[in-house]
Amino acid sequence: MPQSVPLAWYLALSAILFTLGVAGFLFRRNLITMFMSIELMLNAVNLSFVAFSYHFKRVDGQIFTFFVMVVAAAEAAVGLAIILTVFKNRATLHVDEVASMKN
Amino acid sequence: MQHLWIIPALPLAGFLANGLLGRRLPKAAINGVAIGSVTLAFLWVLKVVASGGAPLEHYFDWIRVGDFAVGCDFVADHLTAVMLLVVTGVGLLIHIYAVGYMAHDGGYARFFAYLNLFMFFMLTLVLAANFLVMFVGWEGVGLSSYLLIGFWFLKPSATNAGNKAFIVNRIGDFGFTLAVLLVGINFGSLDFAKVFGSLGGWPAEHSVGTLTLAGLLLLLGAAGKSAQIPLYVWLPDAMEGPTPVSALIHAATMVTAGVYMVARFAPVYLKAPMAMEMVALIGLATALFAATIGLAQNDIKKVFAYSTVSQLGYMFLGVGTGAFGAGIFHLVTHAFFKALLFLGAGSVIHALGGEQDLRKMGGLRKKTPVTFWTLVCAAVSIAGIPPFAGFWSKDEILVSAYYHAPWMYWVGVVTAAMTAFYVFRAIFLAFFGEYRGDAHPHESPAVMTLPLVALAALSLGGGFFPVPRWLAPLFPLAEHHNNALVIISVAAGLAGIFLAWLFYVARPGLADATARRLGWVYQMVLRKYYVDEIYGAAVVTPVVEGAREVLWQSVDVEVIDAGVNGVGKRARALGGVLRRIQSGYIRSYAAWILMGAVMVLAALALAGGAK
Amino acid sequence: MTAILFVLFAAVAIVCGINVVLRKHPVESALALIGTMASLSVIYLQLGAQFIAAAQVFVYAGAIMVLFTFVIMLVNAGAEEKSRGAWMARLAGGPLLVALIAILGFVVWRAFPGSEGVTFGGYTGGTAENVGRAIFTTYLLPFEITSLLVLIAIVGAVVLGYKELD
Repeated sequence: MPQSVPLAWYLALSAILFTLGVAGFLFRRNLITMFMSIELMLNAVNLSFVAFSYHFKRVDGQIFTFFVMVVAAAEAAVGLAIILTVFKNRATLHVDEVASMKN
Repeated sequence: MQHLWIIPALPLAGFLANGLLGRRLPKAAINGVAIGSVTLAFLWVLKVVASGGAPLEHYFDWIRVGDFAVGCDFVADHLTAVMLLVVTGVGLLIHIYAVGYMAHDGGYARFFAYLNLFMFFMLTLVLAANFLVMFVGWEGVGLSSYLLIGFWFLKPSATNAGNKAFIVNRIGDFGFTLAVLLVGINFGSLDFAKVFGSLGGWPAEHSVGTLTLAGLLLLLGAAGKSAQIPLYVWLPDAMEGPTPVSALIHAATMVTAGVYMVARFAPVYLKAPMAMEMVALIGLATALFAATIGLAQNDIKKVFAYSTVSQLGYMFLGVGTGAFGAGIFHLVTHAFFKALLFLGAGSVIHALGGEQDLRKMGGLRKKTPVTFWTLVCAAVSIAGIPPFAGFWSKDEILVSAYYHAPWMYWVGVVTAAMTAFYVFRAIFLAFFGEYRGDAHPHESPAVMTLPLVALAALSLGGGFFPVPRWLAPLFPLAEHHNNALVIISVAAGLAGIFLAWLFYVARPGLADATARRLGWVYQMVLRKYYVDEIYGAAVVTPVVEGAREVLWQSVDVEVIDAGVNGVGKRARALGGVLRRIQSGYIRSYAAWILMGAVMVLAALALAGGAK
Repeated sequence: MTAILFVLFAAVAIVCGINVVLRKHPVESALALIGTMASLSVIYLQLGAQFIAAAQVFVYAGAIMVLFTFVIMLVNAGAEEKSRGAWMARLAGGPLLVALIAILGFVVWRAFPGSEGVTFGGYTGGTAENVGRAIFTTYLLPFEITSLLVLIAIVGAVVLGYKELD
């Protein structure tokens, strides 16, 4: 077993997690679960940034991760508030029921 | 610098003042502006003439493309000077007359504005030193003519006449435009001086074709403007306009623009004998043709209208046979007596409260004496009785015609007899015998009769203006003197007068009896040989119907509209299909986004992201 | 050592990620997501991002996921039902995902074949001190803007959830 892990593996992990997030967003029907898939995607991207921060031996990648986290927090707050409002108005969290943008 | 631009600028200022402010000004102010501007222009003309004319004055560059340059240039040689005097002088008298004639008209200010506009354009036309500036004036007088013929625009007949005038003029203008293009291309310049100057250096056989073509095209333009065959049809209809308009535009000035043009382009025509021959032939044919129609007309203005067409034919005959000076001389005298005839007719119409039919007139000799005597002066002048003005100019033309081709002289003599006949027929029918109408005739006010008197004096004594001699530097004097020819033509005129007296004074019933005996011949002449009907059927109807059926219905509606609408329909259909994407389902939208992202990634990866 | 830890926690992360996607009940998905985030935190530590690893636990797993769980319970979300709509997602989703992972894998494989490996301690610049210095000097403007953003988000959330007092 090699002592060091090739950087490519971290990036591969990031890619896999991102794809999982996209899959969750496309195939789940519960609004909250879709939102969680988005968080998963953001985490995957964070991993990429940190990996590159290591690769280039600079701290800027981590700074960006920091900002991503802040924005994700804000987004989660607002998004969940919206979901609550949708639930109040339509009494459902089924994403296909929230289709008033039809046509 | 003589500042020639002042001459047209004064009437233009009058047009602007009366046109923009006229409705709020009192009549006195309108008169002051209109007549004042023409008077000042006339005085300036006198000043210019007294100092012997003016060389070319360049005001500004109009077009400058490479080597080709056209400027706004005026020039005043002797020919221009003659025209300027006629336009401003006779124009002034007619302006004064119009004060009285149009006194009760609602569009008083508009009338004088249009008259001044016309003066501006006509003066520009005669002052022009190059083809393009002349064309501006040429088109402008056509426009003014249209505006003034259709002055009483609530009358459909008037507006139709205005349209007819403008459209027929346009056909002539097309010829003029082609001629301008031809000259511009071949000579590289549109300045008269340059073009005429370089005519000498051309090899003869090369130039004749081009010059003949140019001459014929210019003739087409002249035929439109000066009402010659085949484009004369608008002038009789133009009598719908107020009588001062008929006098000024359709007798004295605008219609003479064609003659002026041929005289101005004499160097071109002298080098293109065939074109010049056409000028003479058309002029002669028109003179005879129109005179025959004038014999039978019952509307006094129509008689004089056909007389104008006929006299213009004389002028064309003059310039066409090389007697340019004589042609212009006749232009001058014609302006005097024809303007007088029209103004006098206007006086008669005014006296009778609007009646224009000769059959309803009569015995006006006692009621309107001034009008009567001045019209008699005009009539003897046009009939060519010596020593009055018409005699001098007409005879010079006839003599020149004889030495060109004797048969032309004889046709001209017959026409002269007819001219005398129809003019005196009008005089006898209107002023002699018993009054056959219903109105209360009264003499016109002084503001109308004074110009009549002035023009009468000119009609009688105008022959003594040495016009041909003054034009001699431009147009060498012809040295033909043949007293026999002169006596014959005078005799023809007297014969015409005698016949008219016979038919309408001595034996009144003879005219109607002869008309009945001539049956269909008389009908054809009365109906102007059905020329308007022929034009209508042969030209107008096919064009209008063709435009309506073919171009409008078939092409515009079915092809173009269908095409444009079809594009709209396709877009709609496409939109209908693409609309399906907007399903409203968030997941589908996400899938589309993912597809886009994958494509971008693939592109980036292929482009170079994967080293 | 590094490798073992990486493989272990990577596996955990992936399994949890799959659970997030596959579980029927939202609470189970939320718990699985917390697991993913925790594993990622360890991996960050390996990559020398100490501050970020800590922040991941505090912010993500500690705050955001708790928020999620609260909302799930508030809404009383149950298991999901099937649906017939969103044909495009069902039709093209699979192939597109395969394409996505393929491209990403391709890029990763080609771009970093024999790069130097990661060892724990290979990069020590991710300390709080370093991050703080960078934030307050080079990235001061984005920092201030994001704090403004957070403020707006708070206000927005409050407005959206506002209930009139009867």
